[in-house]
Amino acid sequence: MISETIELRGHIIDSLILPKVLDQILTHGANFKIGEIKIGQRRADQSFARIEVSAETSEALDELILRLRQHGAEVIERANVQLASAPADGVFPSDFYVTTNQQTYVRFDGKEIEVRPAMINSAIALDRKKESARAVKFFDVNKGDEIVIGHQGIRVVPVQRSTTRTDIFQFINTVVDADEPKSAIIRELGEELRRAHTAKGKIAVVAGPAIVRTGAGHHLVRLIEAGYVNRLFAGNSFAAYDVERALYGTSLGMSPDLAFARGGHENHLRAINTIRAAGGISAAVRKEILTRGIMHACVCHDVDIVLTGAIRDEGPIPGVTTDIIEAQKVMRQKLADVTHVMLLATVQHSLAVASMLAPSAKTVCVDIDPAAVERAVEHQPLQSLGLVTDVEPFLRELANYLSESRVRE
Amino acid sequence: MRELLLCPPDYYGIEYEINPWMNRARGAEVALAQKQWKQLHARLSSLDCEVHLISPQRGLPDMVFTANAGLTVGRKFIPSNFRHKERAGEQPFFAKWMEQRGYEVNWLPENLYFEGEGDALFGRDTLFCGYKFRSDIQSHGAIADMLGCLVISVELVDPRFYHLDTCFCPLPDGSAFWFPSAFDEYGQRAIREHVTELIDVLPEEATHFSCNAVVIKEDIVLPEGAPGLVGTLQGRGYRCHELPMSEFIKAGGACKCLTMFMPQRQAVP
Repeated sequence: MISETIELRGHIIDSLILPKVLDQILTHGANFKIGEIKIGQRRADQSFARIEVSAETSEALDELILRLRQHGAEVIERANVQLASAPADGVFPSDFYVTTNQQTYVRFDGKEIEVRPAMINSAIALDRKKESARAVKFFDVNKGDEIVIGHQGIRVVPVQRSTTRTDIFQFINTVVDADEPKSAIIRELGEELRRAHTAKGKIAVVAGPAIVRTGAGHHLVRLIEAGYVNRLFAGNSFAAYDVERALYGTSLGMSPDLAFARGGHENHLRAINTIRAAGGISAAVRKEILTRGIMHACVCHDVDIVLTGAIRDEGPIPGVTTDIIEAQKVMRQKLADVTHVMLLATVQHSLAVASMLAPSAKTVCVDIDPAAVERAVEHQPLQSLGLVTDVEPFLRELANYLSESRVRE
Repeated sequence: MRELLLCPPDYYGIEYEINPWMNRARGAEVALAQKQWKQLHARLSSLDCEVHLISPQRGLPDMVFTANAGLTVGRKFIPSNFRHKERAGEQPFFAKWMEQRGYEVNWLPENLYFEGEGDALFGRDTLFCGYKFRSDIQSHGAIADMLGCLVISVELVDPRFYHLDTCFCPLPDGSAFWFPSAFDEYGQRAIREHVTELIDVLPEEATHFSCNAVVIKEDIVLPEGAPGLVGTLQGRGYRCHELPMSEFIKAGGACKCLTMFMPQRQAVP
């Protein structure tokens, strides 16, 4: 939403100019908020109103303001943002503005510029020539870059709840505890994913090793095969567990199918070695070394795999980004157009992804630890849903629902 | 006794087109225009009023429409800021003329268009002001500040009725006659709330400029061609003086456009 503040003065009550202006704002699909109103007491006294007008696009707002000017509306010029130069590479000027993950606009040279992407805990760099503003992290800033300081000329627009359709994100936005029923919510989520799939939305899954260890991997494979996953974000260990399961039937030496596994912990290292020898996951699929599992399904169904490293990793598996700054950049880039995210059984990865999401992205967090769910949901307070549960029944029920509804079609 | 300002039509003609009535191909007949203006001058002079004349200027054919010179209240004269450059040259002549006769000239900011009595008519103590085609609504606030009176701003929506005095005529008893569809819905409501009684003029009579009338107590000088309105007004005790105005209607004006009150109001309470 873009907004401007207008002022009306004169005999705007007796002349019905105020109601006319407010009616015109609404009939043009825009909204208003009356900031101040002073009504003349005596017959000859003039009245005054300050009104914030907001519309979906700047074109729509400009056209509306042009009409309102005819009826005496004066547009109030807002102050420009204040800027200071970055004193060194990787250092912001003191008093730099710290972003939220909400849609943000800066006013410069009388124009409102949207800050892209909407990214939490960043500074804002302004490019005068391009008339663009971008959210930047420390590693993104070079000495001399112009950075927004203070709060003047900044407007933050929280995500509005949709009034046209009600989905689970419109009225829940909360955490469903372990002892509460989940089937109906999972079915609703299935419907939401189907709508997203039809509307060519981008669905991302952030996957933790528990998916493999609890034996839920084949349910995720069913979602991938049905086209409900566009991006997969995970750590090196998730890929290693999945590959171990695919090659040896175990994960960290344990088999979900057998009480006791053969081979023990060494299977894990042998699996990593096999993928390293093959030249990576895609190569292993191509060479038919890796013939099943989640990684296999992702390669076969063109799901973008974004693997990042951690300090405890074995390997790593080729293709894992181990430089954390580089990993952040890749993740941001791959999350930019994501509309729906499922954060499944991973705390650190979920929190990292949640902090990089656009405010419009809808988030579902599933974890057996209530505290992990709470923390992830806090990042998207208006558009998130948390389920405290083992991830296996969740994925099983979701995959069942989506495959059943496909059958019904 | 009311004082009026008129301007002889020595240089009058359709030399440009700034409203839907004007058509240079269908110009006004000079001799007939002279005759019609003289009839108006004679009729007004015969009523209880004193008629002043300002010298016409070559190259300013519309100076004959003195209603657009400005707005006079008491000894204050607010000159117009014409929207069209074709008429902007009239302003200094009118301002100087009024100043020479002892009126205090109150200038509006240059950026606010305002076309005088053509868009500003008192109904009792309320000043009704039209806006959009010629005057800016912002000028109304400035006038309210200068005069200290209630100004009702009404939007004009039919380009044929581009000045308020082409579609609205207040009467001394607090009523008025008007052509409602020249106003938007809000303007109509605002007028209804501030005028005790309204007489609707039929579309076929409104296009004869029958609202463009000069009212001097019980005498109403208006263009011919509105038998319905004349009947209604006579029924209310007014004396109607119907005059041929064909040559001025070709320029989008008639009796009232050719006349400015000096002043329109003695004082604002």
